[in-house]
This record gives sequence, C-alpha cells and structure tokens, in this order.
Amino acid sequence: MPSLFTAPLRLVMLAGVALLCASGVPAIAADAEATLTLKNHRFTPEELKVPAHIRIKLTLVNEDTTPEEFESHALNREKVVPGKSKATLYIGPLQPGKYPFFGEYNEATAHGVVIAE
Amino acid sequence: MFGTALILFRETLEAALFVGILAAATRDLPQRWRLIGMGVGIGTAGSGLMALASGHISQLADGLGADLLNAIILCVAFIMLAWHCISSAQHGREMSSEARQIGHAVAQREQARSAVVIAIALTVLREGAEAVLFILGYVSGHNASPQAVLLGGGAGLAAGIATGVAMYLGLSRIPGKHLFSVTNKLILLFAAALAAQLARTLTQAGWLQTLSEPLWDTSGPLPMTSPLGVLLHALVGYDARPSGMELLFYVGGLLLIVAGTRLSRPRTSNAPKSPSHSPQLR
Repeated sequence: MPSLFTAPLRLVMLAGVALLCASGVPAIAADAEATLTLKNHRFTPEELKVPAHIRIKLTLVNEDTTPEEFESHALNREKVVPGKSKATLYIGPLQPGKYPFFGEYNEATAHGVVIAE
Repeated sequence: MFGTALILFRETLEAALFVGILAAATRDLPQRWRLIGMGVGIGTAGSGLMALASGHISQLADGLGADLLNAIILCVAFIMLAWHCISSAQHGREMSSEARQIGHAVAQREQARSAVVIAIALTVLREGAEAVLFILGYVSGHNASPQAVLLGGGAGLAAGIATGVAMYLGLSRIPGKHLFSVTNKLILLFAAALAAQLARTLTQAGWLQTLSEPLWDTSGPLPMTSPLGVLLHALVGYDARPSGMELLFYVGGLLLIVAGTRLSRPRTSNAPKSPSHSPQLR
C-alpha cells in the first residue's frame, strides 16, 4: 500500500532535481549582449540590431519612474521592469528577421523591433 | 481608460478561470468557499507585498530575481495541482470502496485542502502582482485621474471575475459523476501549462538554453492577441510559437501527473463496483 507522502514527495524531489539541473547549466561564453533603454515610455533604440543564430543577453534599463512590462509575442518573452531599475533576459538564437516588441503598460508610445541579421 | 480595463482583464482572466475550475472541482470538500476565499485573500495580500517589493526582487540574482521567484512559484503551484489530481483520484477510489471512514483517507483530504488553498493563492499572486504594479505605475506616472483608473481597472477586474464565475456555473451544470472527470482534466491541462511556463521562464533567465527555438508558428491563424488565443492561453497554455523545451515540459508535466495518479491508486483486490464514480484521469 502506498504511504501518504510518497507521491507528493516524489514530485517535489523530481521538480527539485529538474530545477537544480537547469540552474547548473553554465552559460555559453559566446552570448551577444544588447541593451534597450526606456525613457518617457519610449524604447531606445527602437530598432535593435542583433546577430542571428546566437543567444542574446538583453539588458532592459528603465529610466522612467513607472514600471513597464517588456513583451514580445514574436520573441515569446515578457518581463516586468520596475521603475528606475534594470532587468536581464535572454532571447534567441533567432533566425534572421524582424521581431516586434512593446511595453504592455504604455503600448501607444513604447514599441520597437529586434532585427536579427 | 479602456486600455486599463483591457490590461486588468488579461491579468485577472487566468486566475479567475482557475478559481472557477477549482471551485467546481472541490464540490465534495466541506467549507470549500472558505478555502477558496482564503486562497484568494492570501494571494491578493501577497500581490500587494510583491508589487511593493518588486524593485528589490528584480535586483536580486543579477537582474533575474523576478524570474527566480516566478520559477519557484510555478514549481510549487504545479506540485500542488499534481497533488490535488492524485489525491482526488485516490479519494474517489476510497469513497467507492467504502474506506472513507478510515482516518487515513480523511487526513489525506485535509492535506488536499491545503493544496487547494496554496494553488489558488499562488495563481492569484502570480497574476495579481503584475496588476497591482501596473495600477501603481499608472496612477503615479500618468496624468490620468484616479477615478478613471479605478473605473477602468474595476471594469477589467469585474469582467475577468465574471468569466471565472461563468466557468464555474458552466461546470456546475455537469452531472455529478462526470464533473470530476472534466475538472480533473482541466486541472491537468492547467498544470501542464504551468510546466510549460516554467520552461519559458528558465529559458528567458538563461538557465536553460537548449531547444529554445520555436517549433512552429500558428500566430497567423490563431494569434495570441485574439479573444480565442487569450482564452486558450489562460486555460490550457496555448502558445503560438512554443519552443521545444516548452513542449517537452508540457508533455512531461502531463505524463508525471498521469503516472502519479496511476501509481498512487491502492492496489487492493476488491476493486470498486462502480468505477464511473471515481474521479480518475483517463
């Protein structure tokens, strides 16, 4: 007869092991880096050129006092950046092409496109 | 104002649908409304705290603090849902084999109750913190009047909650013996969606880097921004451009719960006479 705790415990352990494995993977040295700055609810640059086929470490700098959610359906990413702070996320490796993004909280002004080439 | 309403609606939808499903799924639990109220209350209070602490959280772990916290929340929520599925399958089996008098089964149901509260609290927390952050930012950063924000936000929130209530009422029309099989399947898919979201969070934070390219693109026929896309995303984790890792976690999550449900069934010889009453996964 299975005991009370085995099944949930087994799940906890499995999830823990999965997370440990995931966090233990070292980053490849060959990541490209790029920065997007947000000011007055606009991104700079609005056209961000990045190399295709490698992973990109993207730093989001929010110089506004209000938070913003960086969102891109094409890149399959969303990340909240609080006011006056920075956040990091990884995108790609991307096929050459255009990948629009926007700030969900200020969609009228905050938008741009990642161009992979 | 319409923009505020739309954002609040999107942030509320997933949690509201989930609470609606769990409310229907826990019909056999005594005091379920108190449990659900508790989960929503804890989640809402936590959302406020998390929004206020967001500046600090995002600076942790080299700018990846929010992703780390998100990953932990997703993991725990997934485990709670898996636990709910497994324990309710056992419960059905025990009910029909008249073993429910045994303290064992009762104790297990007690634990399942905490799983329900935690799962609801975490789902509300995940969505709620973003909603609170947005509202706080909107009030301080725009020249919009607080009334307009309150009205728009309130309308969005109400629309989200109404969708959850509609979900609950719809499910409640399902006759007893089929209800649990439907809700368990919905919870199973919801849990798999959490697993896929975990994969996306880990990839976004750079902790996972294989299989990160999209497998397919259905954003043409069914964009994520269309009403159906939004609904399916909230309900079963629809993604127009899923990465290989997301699909792997989704399927892995499904298999883990189904296997757990099967394995944890008591292997007694006196099988229930009416298996149709047991809310098990098929």
